Amino acid sequence: MNSKIRKILPQIITLLAVVLIFGFFTFNAQINMDNRGIEFGYGFLSQESSFDVQFSLIEYDGSHSYARAYLVGLLNTLLVAFIGIIISTIIGIIVGIARLSPNYLIERSAAFYVEFFRNIPLLLQIFFWYFAALRALPLPQDADPIFGVFFLTIKGLFVPRFIWENLDIFFYSIIAATVSITVIRNYAKRLQQNEGKQLPVFSISAGLLIILPLLAFLIGGVSLNFEIPVLEQMSTTSFKYNGGLGIPPELIALTLALALYTATFIAECVRAGIQGISKGQKEAAASIGLTPNQILKLVIMPQALRIIIPPTTNQYLNLTKNSSLAAAIAYPDLVLVFAGTALMQTGRAIEIVSITMFTYLSISLAISALMNWYNKSIAIKEK
Amino acid sequence: MSKINFLKPDKQNLSTYLYTGSFLFFIAVFDVFLSSFFKINITSFLPNFVSFLLPLILGIIGLHLVRIEFSGIKNLDLLNKNINTSTFNAVLTLLIIFIIIKSIPPIMSWFILDANIAGDTKEACTGSGACWTYIKIWLRRFVYGMYPNDLQWRINISFILLIALAFVGYFPSEKLRKFLTLYYVVIYPIIAFVLIYYLISGGAFGLEWVETGAWGGLSLTFIVSFFCLIFCFPVGMFLALGRRSELPTLRYISVGFIEFWRGVPLITVLFMSSVMFPMFLPEDFFMDKLVRVIIAISLFEAAYVAEVIRGGLQALPRGQYDAAKSLGMGYWKMHIFVILPQALKLVIPGIANTFLALVKDTPLIFVVGLLEIVGMLNLAKTNPKWLGFAMEGYVFAAIIFWIICYAMSRYSYNLEIKYKTER
Repeated sequence: MNSKIRKILPQIITLLAVVLIFGFFTFNAQINMDNRGIEFGYGFLSQESSFDVQFSLIEYDGSHSYARAYLVGLLNTLLVAFIGIIISTIIGIIVGIARLSPNYLIERSAAFYVEFFRNIPLLLQIFFWYFAALRALPLPQDADPIFGVFFLTIKGLFVPRFIWENLDIFFYSIIAATVSITVIRNYAKRLQQNEGKQLPVFSISAGLLIILPLLAFLIGGVSLNFEIPVLEQMSTTSFKYNGGLGIPPELIALTLALALYTATFIAECVRAGIQGISKGQKEAAASIGLTPNQILKLVIMPQALRIIIPPTTNQYLNLTKNSSLAAAIAYPDLVLVFAGTALMQTGRAIEIVSITMFTYLSISLAISALMNWYNKSIAIKEK
Repeated sequence: MSKINFLKPDKQNLSTYLYTGSFLFFIAVFDVFLSSFFKINITSFLPNFVSFLLPLILGIIGLHLVRIEFSGIKNLDLLNKNINTSTFNAVLTLLIIFIIIKSIPPIMSWFILDANIAGDTKEACTGSGACWTYIKIWLRRFVYGMYPNDLQWRINISFILLIALAFVGYFPSEKLRKFLTLYYVVIYPIIAFVLIYYLISGGAFGLEWVETGAWGGLSLTFIVSFFCLIFCFPVGMFLALGRRSELPTLRYISVGFIEFWRGVPLITVLFMSSVMFPMFLPEDFFMDKLVRVIIAISLFEAAYVAEVIRGGLQALPRGQYDAAKSLGMGYWKMHIFVILPQALKLVIPGIANTFLALVKDTPLIFVVGLLEIVGMLNLAKTNPKWLGFAMEGYVFAAIIFWIICYAMSRYSYNLEIKYKTER
């Protein structure tokens, strides 16, 4: 009886405390909103937003709804996260491997990079790139083209725009190539397990990936043109690039800072993963006659990835969450567009902040659920 | 003397290979050195492209020639093993050496040679390098924010006192030693709060009241990280214990709390504390901006601390729990005397990383309008009298943050070594 009470009592007390706190908050919120004459609800989302956004992936202007503004912000956030993840992974893997190089100078340079960028606050790095480094770039009229088609100016990076015809056919050809590669890989795996024969899977895959899209170009009627940005004079002092694709400096500064910062953490994950494999594994693999390539592919990497991937995913999540610092340099991401401008206009603090937080929360939970599933699928299956 | 084959250096003609190789390598480095420091291109008679690549080619040949296995010369073998194992490695080595040589002059000239520190107006900065005058003039603002100049001794004294009190733990007598944990967890934070409240804030004992809006700069960075650090640790510890608890209500509440804070970015938490939180409080109830920020950051970091401590708790073998229980210890006694001391020792690096992240997150408080050092920089940058010195400001702040963070990570590394116990 005594132990039962000791188990139940703390639970009741905590529950009561939590309920009381929440009740207190809702009660106050009710009163405060009554005083300001606001009705709680998400109806405002369909109202006209009447503000513009500098940079948007989808069509948007002031006549669209707040819900659309939310979508614009979300897409911009995801864009930064996506580019940042790709760049930081590439840098991270290179630096992580360089940290294990037998070459002393390379090892030290990689260590210097990691120690340097890891110990400076990300916000400071974003400010540095945006306000100091990118401001030193030339004006549009003075910019020298890089390879004749890229223009890096203080107004951003201008690159050629792709103009596709029959993009869908090209897209289908890539899907067809991916599907057939998967089939061939499975077949090759079965063949090896049953008969011990090995197919040159890599060359077949590469061939398919080149040939199928090429066929789409030759007979599918797909065509690709480039629209190169051209400098145009608006007035005596103002110049502007027409055509092409303009990448705003905010996006460049943000992705650069996020990628360089996160790459240091990914590099440490990669290093820890490779170091975590005992030397015996490598020697054992060599002693059964595997080539160095096979050792890396069949023995080291599968085991190292098991150690590398969970913390790396964590870093990807951090990068996505850190992309909210965009608000500091006015890149129109979810926080700036929705929790900033939309909140100022509507004054609906509770609804908007909760939507924003819920969005980030669901991205995080979705990715960690995906990772847990992946972790389970690659975990060592004890027999 | 046997035949010399330059494609395959061997031990027989050691000195020939060694001298030719070192000579070529030396020429390559010398060429880059001259062009970098004195802007002299000794190979200008060659076509542009060749002249550009020549040092690299010479260096590769030179390093190839000195790559002799088991030469018998200790230093040469060491060199080959470390920076010259293959042609690919030699190329990377050369590139790194060249980049270092090339980057020294511009960095030196920007930082020191062409920089200005004299004078106290923008016009004093005539050189092409950094304008340290700007930092010199604004230093007080960067360190103390808008805090009145003649009252800044109060900040200095309270920081000195706090640091001195933090070292008390090093010299108590044996008798008092067992109260150390109590001192650091309960008494020290209270003293710190009282000190900062009465000395920095003022308003009593004849000290002038300085509102928190005027606090700023580096001192605010320290105040915010100090308090968040003190508060987030115990909260995180309770959350970790809650998450491992056998009582389902406690466990679910802890899990929900931790996952919620870990899933959202700090900036939205600060938004919440500044625009949403006041809606939840009674109308006449006023809570200072700084206090709200400290609470928000503490709760946010507590979730991370909790996960780190949970890792330590999980890493302890079951035997420790069983042994403690068999001695008749209750839940709290078991955790305080047996489990937590060992678990915390295991997670020192993780906790240090969380604290580092906390310090690096403090600049985010600009969201609610508090200006610590990065915020002050942004303010100074827009001052019409001092336009155009953004770079100097950010470099200055970066150096300060780097020193703080690097020192912290070194210190945690030392702690880790000190408390490492063999099992």
